[in-house]
Amino acid sequence: MSQAGTTTSALTPMEAFVAVEQNGMPQMPLRKAGLARFSDSGYPTLKDEDWRFTNVGPLTELPFRPILSESVQAIEQEQLDDVTFGQLDADRLVFVDGHFNASLSQIAEQSSGVTVSNLAGVQTEPNSVSAGDADPFIALNEAFFTDGAVIQIDDSQRLAKPVHLLFVTTASEEGEAAHIRNCIVTGANAQGTVIESHLSLGEAATVTNVVTESHIGDGANIEHIKFQDQSAKAFHLASLHSELGHDARYAFHSIALGARLSRNNLRMRLTQPGIECVLNGLYMLRGQQLADHHMIVEHAAPHCDSHEYFNGILDDQSRGVFHGRILVQPGSQKTDAKQTNKNLLLSDDATVNTKPQLEIYADDVKCTHGATVGEMDDDAVFYLRARGLDTATARRMLLHGFAGEIVERIRHDAVREELDRLVWNRLEALRKSD
Amino acid sequence: MLQIKNLQAWIGDKPILKGIDLTVTAGEVHAVMGPNGSGKSTLASVLAGREGYDVTGGEALYNDSNLLDLAPEERAREGVFLAFQYPVEIPGVNSAYFLRSAVNAVRKHRGVEELDAMNFLKAVKSKMGELGLGEDFLKRPVNAGFSGGEKKRNEILQMTMLDPRLAILDETDSGLDIDALRIVADGVNRLRRDDNAQIVITHYQRLLDYIVPDFVHVLHDGRIIKSGDKSLAIELEERGYDWLIKKAA
Repeated sequence: MSQAGTTTSALTPMEAFVAVEQNGMPQMPLRKAGLARFSDSGYPTLKDEDWRFTNVGPLTELPFRPILSESVQAIEQEQLDDVTFGQLDADRLVFVDGHFNASLSQIAEQSSGVTVSNLAGVQTEPNSVSAGDADPFIALNEAFFTDGAVIQIDDSQRLAKPVHLLFVTTASEEGEAAHIRNCIVTGANAQGTVIESHLSLGEAATVTNVVTESHIGDGANIEHIKFQDQSAKAFHLASLHSELGHDARYAFHSIALGARLSRNNLRMRLTQPGIECVLNGLYMLRGQQLADHHMIVEHAAPHCDSHEYFNGILDDQSRGVFHGRILVQPGSQKTDAKQTNKNLLLSDDATVNTKPQLEIYADDVKCTHGATVGEMDDDAVFYLRARGLDTATARRMLLHGFAGEIVERIRHDAVREELDRLVWNRLEALRKSD
Repeated sequence: MLQIKNLQAWIGDKPILKGIDLTVTAGEVHAVMGPNGSGKSTLASVLAGREGYDVTGGEALYNDSNLLDLAPEERAREGVFLAFQYPVEIPGVNSAYFLRSAVNAVRKHRGVEELDAMNFLKAVKSKMGELGLGEDFLKRPVNAGFSGGEKKRNEILQMTMLDPRLAILDETDSGLDIDALRIVADGVNRLRRDDNAQIVITHYQRLLDYIVPDFVHVLHDGRIIKSGDKSLAIELEERGYDWLIKKAA
């Protein structure tokens, strides 16, 4: 396994930050503000309402080791050939431990009005998203981010191919952390598909902390697929902050299969009329895994639709956490907000904490939510067996169907089909419990 | 084809079937009638292998093998088909995919070549036309959001594709309007051959106007209290069940 480059072995974030200053990294005001906020807040605990069900204790016990420079031992192209979406026809940006790797990336020349690059390669400055979000991991990200992707699409332009952001962790020391910062900015009526995948090439208890801002222009239509399949010891923390223009369509899909602990903060602000925002997620967990989706969808304009669909399949002692807050501000009439969270438990020891939260300050709105936690439907298993399918096939078909409710919402054909096959194959690994 | 001898079954601590004797020979259609709670659906469920029933006595021989020893999928592959009274909705599982998997599981068991997607579609589309099911049906998830009539027609479509030796139709007529009833009955009648048999479980004589039985059995309190030919069904329609039940008591 490759050895990551310069890592700090300092005990505290404050001490580690000395290396940031010595490295002369850009964006120092933002970084210092982030560090200061983290110094005040510290890591979240179970006493924090937003972290009630997700214990980051094991993460806080790891040495604090942000990876501030590139890995000395490069990874080979062959190591990426077989990864999920590795063969997808796309413009591909590869980041190794939070650092852009040009030789592994394949980016065709973009038409004028389209920028696909790494953050360090363009003069774009990330905004501070922390003004409206006190998440301590965002503060850490702002202090320590190294690189990330920048996708800019001007008015009426479209991505010729999907853009695949491939983030791989090669770090082998526990606590080594990649802080990644992405920006997606589009003009009016822009179109494109972005795939963001997070994988591990090692088994160590590493940390990925990614913050993504998306600013989607009026009438733009963007599909964003986030695929997280990190190692079973990894910690994955992610925040997505989106601002959407009027009549924008934004579909965000979160496929969470890996990591010991994964957290996705989704913060969607619908401040213009006519927006259609879909948050669509699937988590399939086993062992001691935990996947947490924590979203706030704020309707601050009339005539917007937001739909959240999250399905979870949980085996062994795994845990799923879902928090879905829909906030409808005064005046946001004709809001149509739907939210469902469905969970299938394959084991008596699996747990789900699901918390829908509707706050509605407008009177002419349609808001629904529903959450279910259950076991596999015996009647459905019998129905399939009564048609000649053996028990294992019947169960796998039902699980595949349950996951398929989410996967089928992905509009990009090649991505959807690859994910569908992957889910089918993974289901074989889940135990055939009775 | 099927010999049921003194079959007894319980649900929990309650006896439901109290000694059923029934012999079905290839080429025959048997109607099993009876009031609610008489054990009709339990009989169908026990024959198909649904869990939750304790068979406490008797046996069911199917082509000389003991049917009750087989897993539900083995029964299906051996040619037993249960048309469900309440077909199960399975969101997320595409109808075409499900049905082709089922057809091929049965074909494989019978040593017949499995159908590829193309040949399957060809076969299923002609049958769908006969049952008045539109093309979009195959793309929809199994039974999910189907109307009552669509679900029952789907059962008949599955039956047609799986070509069972012994089909058990559990109250397939319930909830159907007269047009749907006729479509379903036509589907069953098209399947009738000298080498297969049907057991039609129904509460009402109405269905038997369209699927004409060779034998009619009246089930009451877990026992067959009267057997006859189709005229028995007509008599039941006129007089109800009470006279028979009193006579049996």
